[in-house]
Amino acid sequence: MLSYIIRRLLLLPLILLGVTFLIFCVFSLLSPTERLSTYVHDPADLRSPQSVQRLINKYHLNDPFPLGYINWLGRMVHLDLGWSRAANQPVWEAICQRFPDTLELVLYSIIPVILIGIWLGVISAVHHNDMLDQIIRVTAIIGWSLPSFIFGLFVLFIFYGILGWFPPGRLSIWAQDIVYAGVNFKSYTHLITIDALLNGNIPILWDALRHLIAPIITLSYIYWAGLLRITRSSMLGTLRKDYVRTARAKGVDEHTVIHLHAKRNALIPVMTIAGMMIISMLGGVVITETVFTYPGVGFWMASAAQQLDYGSAISFALLFATIMVLGNLVVDVSYALIDPRVRLE
Amino acid sequence: MNRTIRKLFSNISSLVGIVLLIIFIIIAIFAPQIAPSLSDNPYQVPRMCWDVNPHAPGFIMSDDIREIYNYMGKNVKNDRAICGTAEGGYDIFYGLIWGTRTAFKIGLITVLLSMLIGLILGSISAYFGGWIDEILMRITDIFLSFPFLVAAMVLTTILGRGLDKVMIALITFGWMGYARLIRGNILSAKEETYVMAAKALGVNDTKIIWKHLLPNTIFPVMVQATMNIGSMVVTAAALSFLGVGAPVGYADWGQMVSFARNWIIGSSGHAGQYWYAVFYPGIFIVLFVLSWNLIGDTLRDILDPRLRGEL
Repeated sequence: MLSYIIRRLLLLPLILLGVTFLIFCVFSLLSPTERLSTYVHDPADLRSPQSVQRLINKYHLNDPFPLGYINWLGRMVHLDLGWSRAANQPVWEAICQRFPDTLELVLYSIIPVILIGIWLGVISAVHHNDMLDQIIRVTAIIGWSLPSFIFGLFVLFIFYGILGWFPPGRLSIWAQDIVYAGVNFKSYTHLITIDALLNGNIPILWDALRHLIAPIITLSYIYWAGLLRITRSSMLGTLRKDYVRTARAKGVDEHTVIHLHAKRNALIPVMTIAGMMIISMLGGVVITETVFTYPGVGFWMASAAQQLDYGSAISFALLFATIMVLGNLVVDVSYALIDPRVRLE
Repeated sequence: MNRTIRKLFSNISSLVGIVLLIIFIIIAIFAPQIAPSLSDNPYQVPRMCWDVNPHAPGFIMSDDIREIYNYMGKNVKNDRAICGTAEGGYDIFYGLIWGTRTAFKIGLITVLLSMLIGLILGSISAYFGGWIDEILMRITDIFLSFPFLVAAMVLTTILGRGLDKVMIALITFGWMGYARLIRGNILSAKEETYVMAAKALGVNDTKIIWKHLLPNTIFPVMVQATMNIGSMVVTAAALSFLGVGAPVGYADWGQMVSFARNWIIGSSGHAGQYWYAVFYPGIFIVLFVLSWNLIGDTLRDILDPRLRGEL
């Protein structure tokens, strides 16, 4: 067990180094002048060819590949990620400012993914090939086939266009005035719903939730649909195991067999995948946030990509890869802790 | 094999998938007949007018555009936008029909190439094992550290706009699943007696991989590939939707949806006024992906030995 964790921990820096190397390879596809655009924020610096050349030398953009990589890596480690034209502020500042909003969206989306995904998956497996199973399966396949940008537009249309319940954006204008002015509203966590609770400001909490619900529906549908499929097939496999048959033969009632004997074992692989899904949900925020003009990291990333803001795009890839690598490590280690069979490998 | 095909046709959901797929294939093949092209590049969607706002189905080509075509010596036969026009006057119907070809092109090319890369790396990794395996699998891990959409998006941003760039990005970050799957399958097949026998007879490595290991491990990969075609097309459409995919005006479903983005709410008092701008492209994408997923889902249940004989 310990050796497994140690091995994973030793591999971690290696993987992260590989990630940065891959990103730098992609980055190197750009010419030095294009790469320079990620560091310059004052057009006056680019007035003459001499000053461009001077800046290229200053940022070591013309160095041979290995030297350039080491230099770039050094700047990344010091969080000097360049200047974002799309956000009009340094990239790192932009990340810090937008990340809490994205985190809030993802954290709330986990709830329906876990609850609905697993619950429906178990029901579907227990009623294998029944009408109920078919309906749940079709719902899942549709959710899985429905691209999030189309589903998102649909949700926006229904809940905002027709019903007018859940507007896009993050906060209404009156609420923005209160939250961002910070006079009667203190930011403790930068997660607006939590802050609103801590400040005891119920109207703000309600307003923040109103803007969150539609993106949550959009972001979570595809994931709970995916988790449902996995839960279903894992549960189907477990229900055929000998020990389940033994339990039934002993005369244990069906409810106990399903919930106490089968479900617990079936959910072990599901939990790992659920962990990975939650991590990869961060990738799904790009589309969801763009559809709902929700001002998180994903929305900024999309506008950065459209404006060819290379520095932001690269940093975004780095940020997400780091989160994913760390998240996967946590998932794998906790999996090994839960399931003794993994430790033996 | 015959059993598999028979089951595919006897299962309702896969039958629906097959029928849908055949319809799409017919649309793709007969695109020039269904929606005749007016320019040299058939993938450029013609504009029906210069207006920014969409127009309802049945909109007739504006006179100034007709004049341009007449001046070019083109005889405009289809001057009616059957499914309406998108933002900028682009003909939705034309975009959908030729977009079917784009979808097949993206889906088949990206999946085949990423499967090939995965096949090569996975089989090398599994067959030789040891440090070769270790290195290849760690490289796979590194590529897997990026969320697929984010990685494809960043790479397309760097490479620039264009369908070929999108496909390169999708392949670059799309092969890892295949490599892992093939490696796992071969590792278990390697222990089978027929491989040992071939080895004992002195058959060379390449031949063992191609003749014995791959045919016996390819089925799960085919299921994966079938499902993957849909998701590749969706990701390409998503990139177009975000504005980094195909160039503006290219016959591509994702772009058609992105044209509709600003109009989805409708004007005040007329919610859903521009429903057609998102409905038609949306339904095409959904049905295309659904058809592949339905087929793949049934294939997996059929080929899964644990569930064999229970369908």
